[in-house]
Amino acid sequence: MIHDAAFTDPARERRIFAGRLFVTALVVAVMAVIIIARYVDLQINRHQNFATHSDNNRVHVRPSVPSRGLIYDRNGELLADNRPTYNLTIVRERSESLDNLLANVSELIAITDEDTKRFRKRLKRRKPFEQTPLKYNLTEEERGILAVNAFRLQGAEITARLTRFYPNRELFAHVIGYVGRINERESQSIDSIAYSGTDSIGKIGIEKYYEDQLLGTVGSENVETNARGRVMRILDSVDATPGDSLTLHLDSRLQKVAYDAFAGERGALVAIDVKTGGILSIVSAPSYDPNLFVSGISQKNYNQLINSPDRPMFDRAIRGQYPPGSTIKPLFGLIGLHNNSITMDYTINDPGYFFMEGIERPWRDHNSKRGGHGKGVDLAEAIIESCDVYFYKMSVKTGIDMLSNYSKVFGLGDITGIDLPGERPGIMPSRDWKQQARQEAWFNGDTINVSIGQGFMLATPLQLAVMSARIASRGKMIKPVLVQSINAAPVETEITDIPDLEVDNQYWDYVHRAMRDVVHSPKGTAKGISKGLDYEIAGKTGTAQVISIDAEEEYDSSKIEKNKWDHALFVAFAPVDDPQIAVGLIVENGEHGSSAAAPIARQVIETYMKSRPPGDGQLMAAESPLQGELR
Amino acid sequence: MYRDDFVRRIQSPGGDRRSARSMHLDITLLLTLVALCMGGLFVLYSASGQNLYFVKRQAVFMLFGFVAMIAVAQFPVRFWERWAIVFYIIGLLSLLAVMFFGVGAKGAQRWLDLGVTRFQPSELMKVAVPMTISAFLGKRFIPPSFQHVFISLSLILLPVLLIMNQPDLGTAILVFTSGFFVLFLAGLGKRYLLSAFLLLMAAIPSFWIFVMRDYQKQRVLTLLSPEDDKLGAGWNIIQSTTAIGSGGLAGKGWMQGTQSQLNFLPESHTDFIIAVLAEEFGLIGILSLCAVYFVFIGRCLFIALNSQSQFGRLVAGSLGLTFFIYVFVNMSMVSGILPVVGVPLPLISYGGTSVVALFLGFGILMAISTEPKRIRMEL
Repeated sequence: MIHDAAFTDPARERRIFAGRLFVTALVVAVMAVIIIARYVDLQINRHQNFATHSDNNRVHVRPSVPSRGLIYDRNGELLADNRPTYNLTIVRERSESLDNLLANVSELIAITDEDTKRFRKRLKRRKPFEQTPLKYNLTEEERGILAVNAFRLQGAEITARLTRFYPNRELFAHVIGYVGRINERESQSIDSIAYSGTDSIGKIGIEKYYEDQLLGTVGSENVETNARGRVMRILDSVDATPGDSLTLHLDSRLQKVAYDAFAGERGALVAIDVKTGGILSIVSAPSYDPNLFVSGISQKNYNQLINSPDRPMFDRAIRGQYPPGSTIKPLFGLIGLHNNSITMDYTINDPGYFFMEGIERPWRDHNSKRGGHGKGVDLAEAIIESCDVYFYKMSVKTGIDMLSNYSKVFGLGDITGIDLPGERPGIMPSRDWKQQARQEAWFNGDTINVSIGQGFMLATPLQLAVMSARIASRGKMIKPVLVQSINAAPVETEITDIPDLEVDNQYWDYVHRAMRDVVHSPKGTAKGISKGLDYEIAGKTGTAQVISIDAEEEYDSSKIEKNKWDHALFVAFAPVDDPQIAVGLIVENGEHGSSAAAPIARQVIETYMKSRPPGDGQLMAAESPLQGELR
Repeated sequence: MYRDDFVRRIQSPGGDRRSARSMHLDITLLLTLVALCMGGLFVLYSASGQNLYFVKRQAVFMLFGFVAMIAVAQFPVRFWERWAIVFYIIGLLSLLAVMFFGVGAKGAQRWLDLGVTRFQPSELMKVAVPMTISAFLGKRFIPPSFQHVFISLSLILLPVLLIMNQPDLGTAILVFTSGFFVLFLAGLGKRYLLSAFLLLMAAIPSFWIFVMRDYQKQRVLTLLSPEDDKLGAGWNIIQSTTAIGSGGLAGKGWMQGTQSQLNFLPESHTDFIIAVLAEEFGLIGILSLCAVYFVFIGRCLFIALNSQSQFGRLVAGSLGLTFFIYVFVNMSMVSGILPVVGVPLPLISYGGTSVVALFLGFGILMAISTEPKRIRMEL
């Protein structure tokens, strides 16, 4: 080194070095200016943008879910409840590999192929960062297993939410209906904000009809989340407003009695409070458990319901359209009297058949032994013993126009307007109707068929009950309604007279008496149910043909299959002196209204009458806890 | 000339300065280092999610670093000049050892497991390479001849290629830069500079095709348009610029940075720690840090300029400039003007070997800084 240094020129070396250092110092200064300019640009010029982006990063608006309105019966019994359930949900963006996650989860708890299939389907419809349910209703054990293994289930979460529960299961399935997952079609028509907190919507029944009231108003929470989307804290929130609670006119006890009375038979029953139009009971049998649908029904269960020959999903009470048969007779008699086409003294001779002028084939009297009801059959006897020939004759005298027009004001041939979706209108045939539906003129033969509730005529059990209630109330415009009050505020129901219908009181008395004698006279077709009554029931039996039997042939149930047997019908109201309850019902293939249908009506009426305090027109008002609170 | 300097220093010694001098410590470097370390620990506490484990470990490394620095400073510059080549050889052997026995993380093999602790030889080379080149050129005429340039470049490229093979492109570039700075400061001819520049331009395409790994290319592409891959490679840059930008002038406050505290920011306690500082302390924090860094780097260059030996000048200049490059590359990559290469922010980012290696360098700087006094005492 010393040797080298002898030849070095330290001053020159220092100069070279100083020159180079100066150049690099300049470059350093320029680079420093660049980097500082970059930070000034980000932090001052573009600060606002980044501040917004940073807030968007961390602050998310999360819907807070309103609890769905509860549904009570008139006695305060819960018909539709919300219960906490625990679901396994997955946020795809937070799972590193969806397939691995699903594999890990299915190692821990049972995940069926069905679950996975549905999950994949839901996955296609969801918004980014939305929780997609994989499995519903986790058991406590499953929750424990998942919680312990949470560390290797990145992206999976257990979420608690309120789920609809129907404690009475099949008892109210058709009327209350059920909620289910919002499907693709529904998701296009609903307000996505209003439904942002829920994936359920009313599908049928009251759940659907009162969807807007039951849903409630969604609230919101501004939450701060970390990069994994976990909520760190709630910044501010607007509370959700729970859905309105509904109190129905329905009476669970009546409903249970009615449903049990069908005892496996197919059929439907509607019972109406004559004073208010409130539906006391509405049954369609057989039924099904609506809870199956709440979290998505399995294909197997669904197929079972759909393929059952008894069609449990079918709401016979408002959608089943049946020939009303003889149950229509008191109404037609009343129309004849009102229009003076017959009088109370008018009698006929019934040889067991009826010939229409110009038609070779006779109309049989279905409800008599060979030889008919004989001479001197008046309207009362024709109703009590259900004489067809009387009505063949009176219908020809009255004409289809009168029968059709007046029947309509009693609720036939059009929807009743009950607060349920999907009600069917039945058919009250008329000249116009036939022209439109069949492009044919109306014949007298058609009128004769209609006169005993057959032919083109169809009515739902609800319509029969409404008809019965309007007869019972002597011409009040009774409209069937299910909801008694919404959030304790009574729903106004105003009962008016049927407009432009002024039937003489003596005719009302006459028809009421005749219907009473159907039950209480020894000759009445429903005399079997009168035993032991301490009040009077007015009724009318009916039989609706499922297949047509030739006039000369005898109907013999032993020769035909049961699903072709006649339907049994019954309409009734009670008590006769001050009608409170009106009933319409059908037992499919029950054969005879008297034996199959009338006893069911009696059980329902009996239960209703027994539950009333004596002398009190209003039902159980003081005992109802819900109503008690309101006062 | 230096006699005058030397006389001036003797005439105006402060009391502290004298005791610092007797410890062979440079008071300016020492104070800025303490400021950087204290500030770094504060930011680290917040950036690690209030994790004292990291802070304690980092503090232990810093203390160890300080001790090492003071120890190194006690040896005369000539000692380091003589022994530089030995450290270089040890470093080179360690790099070879890494190749065969190294342990790694994230697909790269960078560490030697010494049982007690892990040790990253490539960090050591950041000091050993400039020292060796300086020692080599310090004994020779400058500007260096072709032969010397060739030997110097070979000495630089040997470890650089080994580091690149780990692969650790960031460190490789920094090691190369530290060596190249020595050559440049030694007055490397303009012809070399021009041909080096042309070579670099020509090499870039083949570099892209043959040398760079897919993830490295991805990082460059990401820099050009981070929005293309918002949740993948672009995520880091989007989140770090968001953190920096949302900090504004005054910042969100210590431990109040939502980007970092809510884990939006990746690697927040290591390579991306400056984004935490920017978010929580704003531009004021950034400028304060820069000010300290510039005092420090300025002091390094000043020491270089005033060094009595060729070796001292070259080492001090190279170390100071390399230190600046660390800061520049890190701040640029985090703010999205350079691709993401794994360069930590010196003394702020968490990382043990890096801290110790830096302090070894500072020890040599201190030794150079206090060299004139040693000469006087020997006289």
